[in-house]
Amino acid sequence: MYIIEMRNITKEFPGIIANDDITLQLKKGEIHALLGENGAGKSTLMSVLFGLYTPEKGEILKNDEKIKISGPNDATRYGIGMVHQHFKLVHNFTVLENILLGVETTKFGLLSMVEARARVVELSKKYGLSVDPDALISNITVGMQQRVEILKMLYRENEILIFDEPTAVLTPQEIDELMKIMKDLITEGKSILFITHKLDEIKRVADRCTVLRKGKLIGTVDVKTTEVETMSEMMVGRKVNLIIDKPEVKLGEVALEVTNLTVKDKITGKNVVNNVSFKVHEREIVCIAGIDGNGQSELVYAITGLMPSTNGVMVMNGVDISNLSIRKRCLAGMGHIPEDRHKHGLVLDYNLAYNLILQSYFSPQFQKYDFLRFNEIYKNSDMLIERYDIRSGQGGRTPARSMSGGNQQKTILARELSREPKLLVAVQPTRGLDVGAIEYIHKQLIIERAYGGVLLVSLELDEVMNVSDRILVMYEGEIVADVDPKKVTYTELGLYMSGAKRDVVNEELA
Amino acid sequence: MKRDSILSLISTLIVIIVGLLIGLIVLLASDSNQAFPAFWTMISFGLRNMRNVGDVLLGATPIILTGLSVTFAFKTGLFNIGAAGQFAFGGYTAIYIGVQFLFLPPPLRIICSILGAALAGAVWGAIPGLLKAYRNVHEVITSIMTNYIGMYLLSYTIQNTIFDINRTTTTRMPDDSNLPSLGLNYIFREPLGEGYRASAVNLGIFIAIFLAILVYIILDKTKFGYELKACGFNKDAAKYAGINQNRNIVFSMMICGAIAGIGGALIYMNGTGLSMTALPLLAMEGFTGISVAFLGLTNPIGVIFSGIFVSYLFLGGARMQPFGFSLELVNIVVAVIIYFCAFVLVVKTNIGKIFPKSREGE
Repeated sequence: MYIIEMRNITKEFPGIIANDDITLQLKKGEIHALLGENGAGKSTLMSVLFGLYTPEKGEILKNDEKIKISGPNDATRYGIGMVHQHFKLVHNFTVLENILLGVETTKFGLLSMVEARARVVELSKKYGLSVDPDALISNITVGMQQRVEILKMLYRENEILIFDEPTAVLTPQEIDELMKIMKDLITEGKSILFITHKLDEIKRVADRCTVLRKGKLIGTVDVKTTEVETMSEMMVGRKVNLIIDKPEVKLGEVALEVTNLTVKDKITGKNVVNNVSFKVHEREIVCIAGIDGNGQSELVYAITGLMPSTNGVMVMNGVDISNLSIRKRCLAGMGHIPEDRHKHGLVLDYNLAYNLILQSYFSPQFQKYDFLRFNEIYKNSDMLIERYDIRSGQGGRTPARSMSGGNQQKTILARELSREPKLLVAVQPTRGLDVGAIEYIHKQLIIERAYGGVLLVSLELDEVMNVSDRILVMYEGEIVADVDPKKVTYTELGLYMSGAKRDVVNEELA
Repeated sequence: MKRDSILSLISTLIVIIVGLLIGLIVLLASDSNQAFPAFWTMISFGLRNMRNVGDVLLGATPIILTGLSVTFAFKTGLFNIGAAGQFAFGGYTAIYIGVQFLFLPPPLRIICSILGAALAGAVWGAIPGLLKAYRNVHEVITSIMTNYIGMYLLSYTIQNTIFDINRTTTTRMPDDSNLPSLGLNYIFREPLGEGYRASAVNLGIFIAIFLAILVYIILDKTKFGYELKACGFNKDAAKYAGINQNRNIVFSMMICGAIAGIGGALIYMNGTGLSMTALPLLAMEGFTGISVAFLGLTNPIGVIFSGIFVSYLFLGGARMQPFGFSLELVNIVVAVIIYFCAFVLVVKTNIGKIFPKSREGE
């Protein structure tokens, strides 16, 4: 008997079968991992379970009884709860208010939270989910916010808990804690569906694992007896080289030197980047690690010119770029793969070819007497499409909006790398991409090293460890560590990232 | 792209038909006996003879330009509500030159009128542009304000410059300050008694069409258009690409203003003896321009057709009055039709869903 069984689910969208005859069986008291690349159909399957989509075929059973879920309210009634990847919390409400949201307890029509509060406190003790019920969400850490989400499910007495990529926002220490909480939940009789694409986490907590690929069910395996490599191959459909082959190179000249850079937040007046100094050499990949929101974005904005710096000097290739416009920095040899490809990286309503000339449309190659040279523009896109293996339906004329995330990212990569920048600033270049695309982008970054320096900002520790030649850890706007990836451990990095340890205090960094 | 054009065309036709049917329902609700003949008059009047066709084109001229102004702004990410003010400034300047610059030979005077109108519109359009670019004040707010400021300012200025105190309007321009008809009066006319009665349609319609094509070329074929549209589609990406957005916002608003200003010139120079009132009234053409722009799917070439369509409705609609429908009701009916036409994008998206295309990109 399964607590939840999704039988032969088929869900089609115009032109694509998102779920093709998928069966998922969740046993009571197990942690069941759902593994797959982006676009494999994990979210669609969970949306079907949540009643957000009605499948064309298939049925859902709870304890062998057929049930019909036609909306999130039904899901809650059947005891299904979910921690979304992006938390659904009201930031200016307290923890308690967030937990009660939607199931508020009232007395004579007025809010009365005394009993509810007692229950929340009791639940948090029982499951070891320590949170202050009266703290504001905006004042607590991301890890705690996640616990609030878990408490929300427990308060509603959900028995089937879905965790959607729960570790993406956590430090290694917080991940350990979450894994422990998940195991505790199981001993209390809950069942967990764990959506992820990180194989080591599956190995650590999951009992069984169902793998999806391109909307199809590849299989369900027992985690203990299955090798990580096997699962990875099931997910991607081919062997993936998880270890990046990175030849040793000799460092060149200084590509970027940042001295005492400070960026003040306009609204709060706080120094979001505080007196930061570092160097990036040619043929070196320097990685800025850290938990999201510790000043990495602002640091990049200041370097690329998207945001003015308050103080400090930035020298690229011997040119002081501190006060140059974005266009001039770009022409001086800076490439930038932005954090948010939809916001900054692409004009989604332009086609692929237009997006590929975003910083060079004004060059004589692409315009004459101010008229665009369409032949050249499309010739350029044909060349880059081939060289960077960008998959697109109509070549250069494909609307950027209609392309998949991986190909959009490849478009940006192609545009930035083809300009052979002396300094490439790449911010989370693999965010939201599947393993195949990640592998490709990492390879390209390493190739880019040949032209100049790379400043990589990443939240993914694997990426930080595998790709970089040197790691700088940022914590609360300051660089707290300058370490060699070969000599540092994940645990140590975690300590730096959470501010528990620091060993560089704004000194001159070589 | 081809599929997209077909979808646009089909959905435009659907909304026009639905809009007309709803207009008919309004008429039926008002007076069921007269509704059908009145409705027939509205939808057929513009084509009854060549003179009416000419009048449709004459009426279309200013609203094609205000529509073009709104379209240009929209393509560059701005919403130009200020076309009314820019239009009025252009109109006043054109009349002023037409009345006062009699020392210039007529052709030169006409050219000066049009250029002056463009300049005046550009100046008036630049104000919201500058405020948006350098003070981040939303252009909708500022352009509404400049409309009212312009309205009172012009009312005051007319009374102190080229004022015809008997008609409380601007002084009538000499005939040779008007746009030449270029022989169009021989084509667009109807027999009347012994002779003919011709429409006043003139050079203006060609200027309007020419400008629409020019805007299309600027937006789609030039480096400048590439920049402007990039700002319009995604200002963050434009900034990332090093495009000077602020400068482009000001340029864009000035061009919008110039186009609307020319619209103002062409209407008062059309030879029908139309004068600008000194009463504080907003130029309705500025707001009709918004409908025209969206009905034309904010496409410069589409605006030519939507301008003609709206003009056609106004001309025919006005002919419903003899059937006992008040001018207010006529305006409601026309507005309802235009209003429904604004759903064109909704309809387009939905037919797009019914006839799915093959998946692109992958």
